[in-house]
Amino acid sequence: MSGMHRDRVKRHDRFRLCVQLLAAAVLNGYAAGFAGGHIFTGKTKAVCVPVLNCYACPGALGACPIGAMQTVAAGNGRSFSFYALGLLMLCGTLFGRLLCGFLCPFGLVQDLLAKIPLKKLTVPHSADRLLRYLKYAVLIIMVLLLPAAVQNALGTGEPWFCKYLCPAGTLEGGIPAVLLNPALRKLAGVLFTWKFALMLAILILSVKIPRVFCRYLCPLGAFYALFNRFACFHMQVSSSKCISCGKCTAACPMQLDVPQEICSGECIRCGKCKAVCPTGAVASDFSVLRDQTEHTS
Amino acid sequence: MKRKHILRFFGLLCGAALTVLGVLRGEPDTILQKAVKLCLECIGIG
Ligand code: SF4
Repeated sequence: MSGMHRDRVKRHDRFRLCVQLLAAAVLNGYAAGFAGGHIFTGKTKAVCVPVLNCYACPGALGACPIGAMQTVAAGNGRSFSFYALGLLMLCGTLFGRLLCGFLCPFGLVQDLLAKIPLKKLTVPHSADRLLRYLKYAVLIIMVLLLPAAVQNALGTGEPWFCKYLCPAGTLEGGIPAVLLNPALRKLAGVLFTWKFALMLAILILSVKIPRVFCRYLCPLGAFYALFNRFACFHMQVSSSKCISCGKCTAACPMQLDVPQEICSGECIRCGKCKAVCPTGAVASDFSVLRDQTEHTS
Repeated sequence: MKRKHILRFFGLLCGAALTVLGVLRGEPDTILQKAVKLCLECIGIG
């Protein structure tokens, strides 16, 4: 790699990291919550943010859209949140999974862990293809179906994904809560142990398998994946410029065959492939009516 | 117009319509009520 080229890759990495850090700080900007061990109670918490960011985090200024979907589905006779779904459709149509690559705080945590210089694990192709479907099952079963379908005598359900799976909730909400609040620490039992162990497993795995949660488990990633193919923000590989050097595929944190799969739902639009491409074959664009015409995927 | 463009318009229109419908049904209030109390399920206690 030439010096100029290496600089471009470094510049891109630095730029993305700055955007990710800024987004995490803005979404969790209520510093008094961290200092005093309580959560923000202002009106902005009625607004869903476009990424997985737990509303139990002491700093959170908005609502997690996946939590919001389950809350509406689980309570007062409504089986579906039009509001959260509508906001996510808007965000998905505009940006697709660019939001995963640049704004998600839990994505940032995984990216930082992946920087630990240990050899990365390549998930066997067939297992990788199969595991990708798991996140759609999580979205349909744990987020959409179970909170509405399994209800108690009072007619309310539970947020199944938040309660049994979400590692962002444990990291951003659970750990600060038990550290800062002695009464909650006493209440932490089997469920907390389960969620903590799961979070730890995901964090450890993401050192070896970059973005492992985004690849296989995230229900929001699954939702945005449905929009990635036609979102206004899109990426393409020019077949006339591509020299099949394989640098893009080697750099991809989502283990994609970039020239073939850049338009798929799995690409988080991190831009690493674009930065490493020696011929400028990878392009990105934002438009409602225009598309770069030449592409291979 | 390409299929992609039609889908974009459909996504934007449906997204906006669903958001407005959700607001009219009072969903932001339901979400606010949940989000301003510490969610015990989220933190692994409830
Ligand atoms: S294909 Fe490119 S932009 Fe998409 S995830 Fe892989 S490296 Fe990032």
